Formats: sequence, C-alpha cells, structure tokens
Amino acid sequence: MRLARRIIPCLDTDGARVVKGVNFVRLRDAGDPVALAMRYNAEGADELVVLDIAASRDRRPTFLETIRRVAAELAIPLTAGGGIRSLDDARAVVRAGADKVTVNTAAVARPALISELSREFGAQAVVLAIDAKRAGSRWHVMVRGGRDSASLDAVSWAKHGASLGAGEILLTSVDRDGTQSGFDIPLTAAISREVLVPVMASGGAKLPEHFAQIFIEGAADAALAASIFHDSVQPIRELKNFLAAKGIEVRLPC
Amino acid sequence: MNVTLLDYGAGNVTSVERALQRLGVASTRASAPEPIATAEALLLPGVGHYATLIRALDERALRQPLLEAIRRGVPFLGICLGLQALYESSEEAPDLTGLDLLPGQIRALPAKVKLPHMGWNQLSIKRNSPLLANIGADAYFYFAHSYAAVDANDRGVCVATCTYGEEFVAVLERGNISAVQFHPEKSGAAGAQVLRNFLGLVA
Repeated sequence: MRLARRIIPCLDTDGARVVKGVNFVRLRDAGDPVALAMRYNAEGADELVVLDIAASRDRRPTFLETIRRVAAELAIPLTAGGGIRSLDDARAVVRAGADKVTVNTAAVARPALISELSREFGAQAVVLAIDAKRAGSRWHVMVRGGRDSASLDAVSWAKHGASLGAGEILLTSVDRDGTQSGFDIPLTAAISREVLVPVMASGGAKLPEHFAQIFIEGAADAALAASIFHDSVQPIRELKNFLAAKGIEVRLPC
Repeated sequence: MNVTLLDYGAGNVTSVERALQRLGVASTRASAPEPIATAEALLLPGVGHYATLIRALDERALRQPLLEAIRRGVPFLGICLGLQALYESSEEAPDLTGLDLLPGQIRALPAKVKLPHMGWNQLSIKRNSPLLANIGADAYFYFAHSYAAVDANDRGVCVATCTYGEEFVAVLERGNISAVQFHPEKSGAAGAQVLRNFLGLVA
C-alpha cells in the first residue's frame, strides 16, 4: 500500500479551445476541453489540469465557463489556473468547480498571494506553477508564459513557495516543453528532493520510458503531458500498465 | 430522497453536489439551522483549514442542529475535514472544540513524508461495513490532507485505515455516523460506490 504516482493530462486552453505549442509558442488547435476531459476521466487519468494560457481579461468568463463544463464531467480532481492574480480570481475558479488553483507570474511578483490563497482554501488547493529554464548548472524561473526571466533561482523559489503555503509544485521545463524529448530529470530531481511538498513534472513527455524515468530518477510525484494524450499517441491505460510492470505504483483503471 | 449538504461557505460543496447529481440524487445546500432540523440525510464536506470549518459551524449556529439531528439518528456522512470535525479537537487549531462525538485529537501526519498527503492511496480494511460494500480490496481513493485521526482512542469505530507516514483512520462508522478521510466525490468509480453505499443506508 503506497501512494500512487499520478498521470495527469494537461489542457492548455485559449479560454475555450485546447491549444498546443512548442516551447510556449506556435499554438495550434487540439480539441474541445469537455470532450477531452470526459475521455481522460474514463481512461483512468488521475487528475486533470486546465490552464488558460491566453489569460486575457476579456476571455475570463469564457475560461470560467470551460471550467464549469469540465468540472461537471469529472469524478477526479481538477486543477485550474493561468492568469490568477488575486484572491478574487482564485475564488472564481474554485467556485466554477476547480479543486486546486495554480499561480505563477503573479506569485513571483507578489509571493504573499500564495499565503493568502493557502489561508483561504488550504495548502492542498494551492499549486505553485514554476516554469524553469536551464542557466549553467542552475535553473531560472521564467514568467509571462515562459518568455521573461524573473532572475530567481527555481530551486530556491520552489522551497520559498512551499514555505509560504503552496501544497504542490507544478514544474515545467521550458527547455523540454513541446519537444517530446523526455522530461527534464535533473531539474525535477533537484526540486523534488529539496521541497517537502509533492512535485508534478511537466514538459517533454513522449515515450512510456520517459514517465518511468521521471518517477524513478526524477523523484516526481506526478507527471503531466498534453499532446501525446490529446492526439491519442499514448493511451493512459497502456502507459499505466507499462509503469506497473516496472514496479511503479500506479492506480490501474478499473 | 434528498441529501442536505452543509454549506459553510468554503470547501468542496460543488464537487459533492455534482457527484450526487451523477448518481441521480437530489441535494439541498444548508447554511442555516432550519433545513438541518428537517434533513433526511446530512453530508458535511470540507477541505482546507480545520478552524474555518469549526468557526463557520458556530458562526452560522449549525453546531446544535447538527448534533441534534445526529442524535435523532439522521444518517450522516463526513468527508475529509467532515471526518476530522467529529473528534474532540485538532492540533491544527488546538483552541477550538470539535463536534466531540468521538474521543481523541486530530494530529498532523509526520513530517518524514511529503505533505499534504496528496493523491490516490489504498485502504486496509479492518472490518465489514455497508459503506465499503462492492468495493475491491485494491481500490484507490483520492486523499488531500495533512492532518488525520492517527491516535483515535476509540478504534472500535474504525472501518478502514490508510498509511502515509503513519496509519490513520480512513473510514469510520458508528451507528448513523459515517465518515471518510478521502474524497469520494473525486475518487472515480470507487468513490461513487461509497456514496451509493451511504445513500443505501439512507433509503
């Protein structure tokens, strides 16, 4: 009896539709969020993440409606984020049906936001999303959708975020995102071994072996992927069977 | 049948409401004393801080009607914090008094494991209970918490435990009181079965 490692499909949306890019740019349409959510719920996904990567003010009501429609279909936890700048933004997302909220750029700008969210919803509902990019032997935190460097060390920021009340870290490798060349193992291992909260690894997944590596060598608690699931390149059930055969604890779909 | 959901302004009420809808069961939110007094079945969901739940119960004057309904034998299901609230108190807010229906204090899980205990875990079943009918011994449930009933003196109420850092009460039952530390509303087919089993107790 061990806590299972989680497999989490991630829906990057422009508010209404799922989109996918390479290294955070070159977006293309990847489907209807509700249809994908229903499929993943049935296929044995452990959780779902829905992000508003456009995060523009005028598209906000559309995104909240997407959350409501997705949440109505899910019997698994739902994390939502993208553009959450205040307690009110987070309340709207939670009220729409999200179990957890992610904060990223706004938390870098004002770390106290993490504590405010944690006090209101509990640490288990606050996910600190960190977009990290290699710089020599360390990693820098990137903000504004991976475009700008925040001049912040990713490992220190993860530890600080957890101490402020984040209950989980969603760690995306900007270098690997969209490349399908495998998760960033050194980055994930560095953060997972330093912080005392669970770490979800994201960016670069393609092969089942990549998932095995990120759990075993990267010490990730959960692994996220997008296009390989959306495009049905990698069925979740098959992936979990592969991991189970490697001795990795997963929740096998019933 | 109609399930009364205690709505104290925080927590996972919407998720629970939707899970009941998927089972075709009507529910009504209650944030005032009156609907509790006439409830057929009561469900106390909860996530977040223990103090938020206990203070809200008192500020909204829900504690007495809730205790009276439970005493009358109305079927009750507590989820997550809704389980923790049944005990005397919690280390998370030691100055507050819980519903005090069960002896013992809720304690923090040990810091030797990553906290919160977040994700899917299995149960160790201690005794038969209608709450766990038609659920496989290897079923997984979704947990999201840092505190738990770890030294519950009254082990008689414990139906199943889970172990993360240490063993804690995951499912309990005493008379018309049932409670689970995991989130059945977020635990896929196994969670839906737990809710169905509880509703079977109501019918």
